[in-house]
Amino acid sequence: MSGRRTFLKKASICVAAAGLLGLGGVQAAEPIRIGSVLSVTGPASFLGDPELKTLQMYVDEINAKGGIDGHKIELIHYDDGSDAKKAVNFVKRLIQRDKVHVIVGGTTSGASLAMIPEAEGAGVPFISLAGSVKIVEPVKKWVFKTPHTDKMAAAKIFEDMRRRGIKKVALISGSGGFDKSGRAESLALAPEYGIEIVADETYNNKDTDMTAQLTRIRATDAEAILNFGFGTGPAIVTKNARQLGIDLPLYQSHGVASKKFIELAGEAAEGVRLPAAALLVAEKLPDNDPQKPVLLAYKRKYEAKYGPVSTFGGHAYDGLFIALEAIDRANSLDRAKIRDEIERTRGFVGTGGVFNMSPEDHLGLDLSAFRMLEIRNGDWVLVE
Amino acid sequence: MLEQLLQFVVTGITVGSTYALVGLGFALIYNASQVVNFAQGEFVMLGAMVAVSIVGAGAPLPVAVLGGVAATTLVGIALEKLAIEPARGASVITTIIITIGASILLRGVALLIWGKDIYALPHFSGEEPIAIGSATVLPQSLWVMGVAAVLVLAVRLFFDRTMLGKAVLACACNRTAAQLVGINVQLMLTLSYALSAMLGAVAGVLVAPIAFTSWDAGVMLGLKGFSAAILGGMGNPMGAVAGGLLLGLIESLGAGLLSSGYKDALAFLIILIVLVVRPSGIFGRAAVERV
Repeated sequence: MSGRRTFLKKASICVAAAGLLGLGGVQAAEPIRIGSVLSVTGPASFLGDPELKTLQMYVDEINAKGGIDGHKIELIHYDDGSDAKKAVNFVKRLIQRDKVHVIVGGTTSGASLAMIPEAEGAGVPFISLAGSVKIVEPVKKWVFKTPHTDKMAAAKIFEDMRRRGIKKVALISGSGGFDKSGRAESLALAPEYGIEIVADETYNNKDTDMTAQLTRIRATDAEAILNFGFGTGPAIVTKNARQLGIDLPLYQSHGVASKKFIELAGEAAEGVRLPAAALLVAEKLPDNDPQKPVLLAYKRKYEAKYGPVSTFGGHAYDGLFIALEAIDRANSLDRAKIRDEIERTRGFVGTGGVFNMSPEDHLGLDLSAFRMLEIRNGDWVLVE
Repeated sequence: MLEQLLQFVVTGITVGSTYALVGLGFALIYNASQVVNFAQGEFVMLGAMVAVSIVGAGAPLPVAVLGGVAATTLVGIALEKLAIEPARGASVITTIIITIGASILLRGVALLIWGKDIYALPHFSGEEPIAIGSATVLPQSLWVMGVAAVLVLAVRLFFDRTMLGKAVLACACNRTAAQLVGINVQLMLTLSYALSAMLGAVAGVLVAPIAFTSWDAGVMLGLKGFSAAILGGMGNPMGAVAGGLLLGLIESLGAGLLSSGYKDALAFLIILIVLVVRPSGIFGRAAVERV
């Protein structure tokens, strides 16, 4: 109540001042309204939290510098609590009540897929921050996304295997959504790289021992092991493989791309290869890498304010700036014009890679967006 | 094939030993009060988490292990004093619901203190695998099996040979009669909670180097330990141990010989079959209600 009273008071003072100066007709430029639905709380909060922090940090910074061409940016954000059903309600509110010009968000694949029909129906450009390839395949007119897909991770791994002459691969995967999707993409993609999947084992994400599955794998003629997983599972697989004396090359997915994995798997992690976003090795990239300055700038800014960066916040950075650059090029707040310009994004250097979108490709990243890393002496090493 | 089989069995016994320790904790409290303590899994998690924090503070591993076990034992006593004792006279079901509440509370507190991160304890004696025939086992797994065996034996001797152990059993048998012959029933109950918490915490610190720990690690271990106790017969501590080993073996052989996809389904299927054929568990005595 008191909040409202002060607001009214302020408003009346403003009106009075404007009246006194005879400036009643002058209006500030319409703000750019960016809507966002993120999973800041709930099980997916480790994804949504750095995303929101990233958006807020850059919106505040741009506004402090006067906005874009005099337009301030207004970030309208709702927290779906990691619940896809809530995300649908919030996206309706963003479109109908808040009248946003563009939506950046949708932390999980579930929430993003649920939000798509609303954005498509109302004709609002929507840049998703979730992983599933289904968000942009098949292409939907108003929907784009910035994070790498599990399909790309599988392709990157198979490419590396082909380079090393590996033809027979044992697949092992966890029971979560990420793991299952990664397993399906790997199975589908393997033939394209001339790779035969000779074992297809699974484990439960809360399991404490995978030696039984790995013993089965040891009995096959596999030349390498690929684990798609997240959380403790991959670390246990890595340790168990070493315990069983399996010396085949071990590949992990980008699901383990954090220092925590090295810490948990310890010595057993030596030699493990994985595809990862360049943000993880920003300092180690060669100086002529186009992404290096972008990554270092984002990393320093974020870490100065909030602590260690994650690639998830980076996806929000990419989404925000793809949207803002499109609005800048469109020189208009017309949703259709913004959409067209997002689709014309070329050579945008983000944290996830260099984006080149087209009417056929609403992600715009190629395999160079992933870097193949190997763990040596408890640290990441670029192996390309 | 035979050499694979050996590995499956070794794995099964290792994993089963953990389930056995957790199951033993369930059986202890059930023995003293007919209550299934659903916070048992949280004792496992707490023991490991406290030990991780102590190691993190720079203390040597043995100190951390003892500290984790001691702190968890205190939590077990506090649980009994603050939540179970005030509800004296309440039905068994009510008490079980209290323990469910306690498990949620402990998980929440752990989340507040340690966050969502996953932690590991260092291995007690190195990570170099030991070969047993064609199978390999980690030194830590030997620790798990050895300590489990010692504790199982100690619990057995406690109930069979000591006055205190018999007093606990007497409370379970007939609370009023036990009180009449001068047994401090309340003290025995506190004692069984302390012992259960201690056993859970020991399981937690033993497993943390292999299986890691996090705020919600107790859920799955608690469930498996409960299954072990049910499988063996809830009122029989040695049954819980046998149930744990059996469950570990079923899981490992199921994953190894059949398919890893059916591992958990197989374990639960066997538990269901046992409960249908022998509702009191493999080693349980059929309950006799006297009117």
